[in-house]
Amino acid sequence: MRPNKDLVRVLWTNVNGMRANPPSPRAKRPNQCPPPARHGCAGWGGGLNPTSMSQTIAPLPEVAHQAAIFPDGLALDCGAVVAPLTVAYRTYGTLNAAGSNALLICHALTGDQYVAENHPITGKPGWWENIIGPGKPLDTDRYFLVCANVLGGCMGSTGPRSEMTDAAGRGLGRPWGTDFPSVTIRDMVRAQKRLMEKLGINRWLAVIGGSMGGMQVLEWAATYPEAVYAAAPIATAAHHSAQNIAFHEVGRAAIHSDPDWQGGRYWEADIIPAKGLSVARMVAHITYLSEKALTRKFGRRLRGASALTFLEDVFEVESYLRHQGSTFVRRFDANSYLTITRAMDFFDLAAEHEGDLAAAFRGTATRFFVASFNSDWLFPTSESRTLVRALNMAAANVSFVEIDSDKGHDAFLLEEPDFHRALGGFLAGCAERLGV
Amino acid sequence: MDGVQYVAKNMRLDLRLIAEMIPHDARVLDIGCGDGALIEYLAREKRADARGIEIDMAQVTKAVSAGLAVIHGDADNDLAFYPDGAFDYVVLSRTLQAVEKPREVLRQLLRIGRYAIVSFPNFGHWQMRWRLLWGGQMPDTETWNRPWYETPNIHPCTITDFTTLCALDGYAVERWLAVDEQGLKAPWRRSLRLANLFGEQALFMLRRIGPGV
Repeated sequence: MRPNKDLVRVLWTNVNGMRANPPSPRAKRPNQCPPPARHGCAGWGGGLNPTSMSQTIAPLPEVAHQAAIFPDGLALDCGAVVAPLTVAYRTYGTLNAAGSNALLICHALTGDQYVAENHPITGKPGWWENIIGPGKPLDTDRYFLVCANVLGGCMGSTGPRSEMTDAAGRGLGRPWGTDFPSVTIRDMVRAQKRLMEKLGINRWLAVIGGSMGGMQVLEWAATYPEAVYAAAPIATAAHHSAQNIAFHEVGRAAIHSDPDWQGGRYWEADIIPAKGLSVARMVAHITYLSEKALTRKFGRRLRGASALTFLEDVFEVESYLRHQGSTFVRRFDANSYLTITRAMDFFDLAAEHEGDLAAAFRGTATRFFVASFNSDWLFPTSESRTLVRALNMAAANVSFVEIDSDKGHDAFLLEEPDFHRALGGFLAGCAERLGV
Repeated sequence: MDGVQYVAKNMRLDLRLIAEMIPHDARVLDIGCGDGALIEYLAREKRADARGIEIDMAQVTKAVSAGLAVIHGDADNDLAFYPDGAFDYVVLSRTLQAVEKPREVLRQLLRIGRYAIVSFPNFGHWQMRWRLLWGGQMPDTETWNRPWYETPNIHPCTITDFTTLCALDGYAVERWLAVDEQGLKAPWRRSLRLANLFGEQALFMLRRIGPGV
């Protein structure tokens, strides 16, 4: 089949360019705006200390994303309607004639739809390229893969960087910014459902995702069970724990405390709260790794120094974290970060079913593959086990593996042969049953 | 259907005996399913909705990689989370003697399953009695081959012990078999007393008595 037929190429509009102008008709928006020259980011090296930097970083470069547009918009859990709704997405492989080989990949908090190709902004390989491709566990010769940027994201789907619209869907000539309505994981899933319909897919062979992607998988299975033959929630949980919320709040506080955040209206001054966003990323990145992984990678090694001083970032782990922070701000929007972390915090699947997690899955025919990693302390195995027990209570068909790894939460993105074998085998079993 | 024959041929003989007891299209839970040989056979050959629980993670990964619905868990801690009557048959093969609370595990088996198929090594076998009587030491046989200080078999029982518990807790014995170590049916099919003396392994099919079946 030809997903490209319905494909609309949306050009990511530079909302910063609109700020001084009166609301302009949508059609007349510039197709592509280069980043403002005065904010070139060449001067900001990856190893520099973000807390001491004086120059500002250019807002995200403008990139064209493949997307589907739904003029009627989407009604959100909070009561607001965002119209039009844009869902940016990528596909890999070919949908078969029966439409039975489609997989939906749900990305995590800071992931995006560029799951198996070079990223248009960073130029880096796709975030799950190690398991997607011909002959790999997510075999593009066999399956048709779809991955969409989440609602509230900043890679082309409707989010805080999109042009704000009124109730009638008319553009207001400024980005939503912090006025973007609160979204939930279920809202994200509803947006993906619209894309699914547009692509002409009736049922996913499987919906797969790790971390926040796993939350979307669970929400898919609970909200649209008939549209999900198999579900693979990985390194995830049925709700965000108090500890997880606490870490997110530190990140949000870092963004809020950056003077460049300007109450969320940083776009008015063509700047971004790079320092705050970078610190948020640094904190979050610690939670993605295990103590053992940090020790193995860096230990207490010093960088370019033979003895401790109190002046520079001499530990390797420090410069690594700063590098993570500084590269992140070039591809992610601060208000998106605030919106999406909130959506994760709100997530509580049991609460959506009167406190009974099993009720979310009662009578389901979906087959589940639950996987956790024993060094993941952000979404520990105990969360997966709670989920498995609820699924058992609902008499669901479940496979559950806890993978032995010292890489922490990030393990689901990394080279973990046992995990890849198990996921690939589970999918192949499902495909075989459906005659794919 | 080469795959099926391959599986059946390589399946432990006691598992083949169990597989024979289970009719087509049944809902089956195999506790301590190992790499899933039995549930794979039941799913392919008898169209069963067959699932498994296994404590050894390497075995779980192997089973899941083969597309089987197996979860990491154990008989003592994970059965309580299944609803009543979730399965037609619940299988506990060569595991009862190694669980923490055998009586509670049996109760769970017959709560979540209409039938329970339980196999265990018989501690009443004459060789065990003889070695204890003559040598004065814990037996060291093909079946009971680990020294007392490191055996996982913390709750050994005899066939008579087992039937006594079934009577006490009100489980009907539908079928029983005494088998040798290789899983071949032994000839003492009439007398439980003889089976208790000469059977190396015991295989029972139990049924819940009372309402809710």
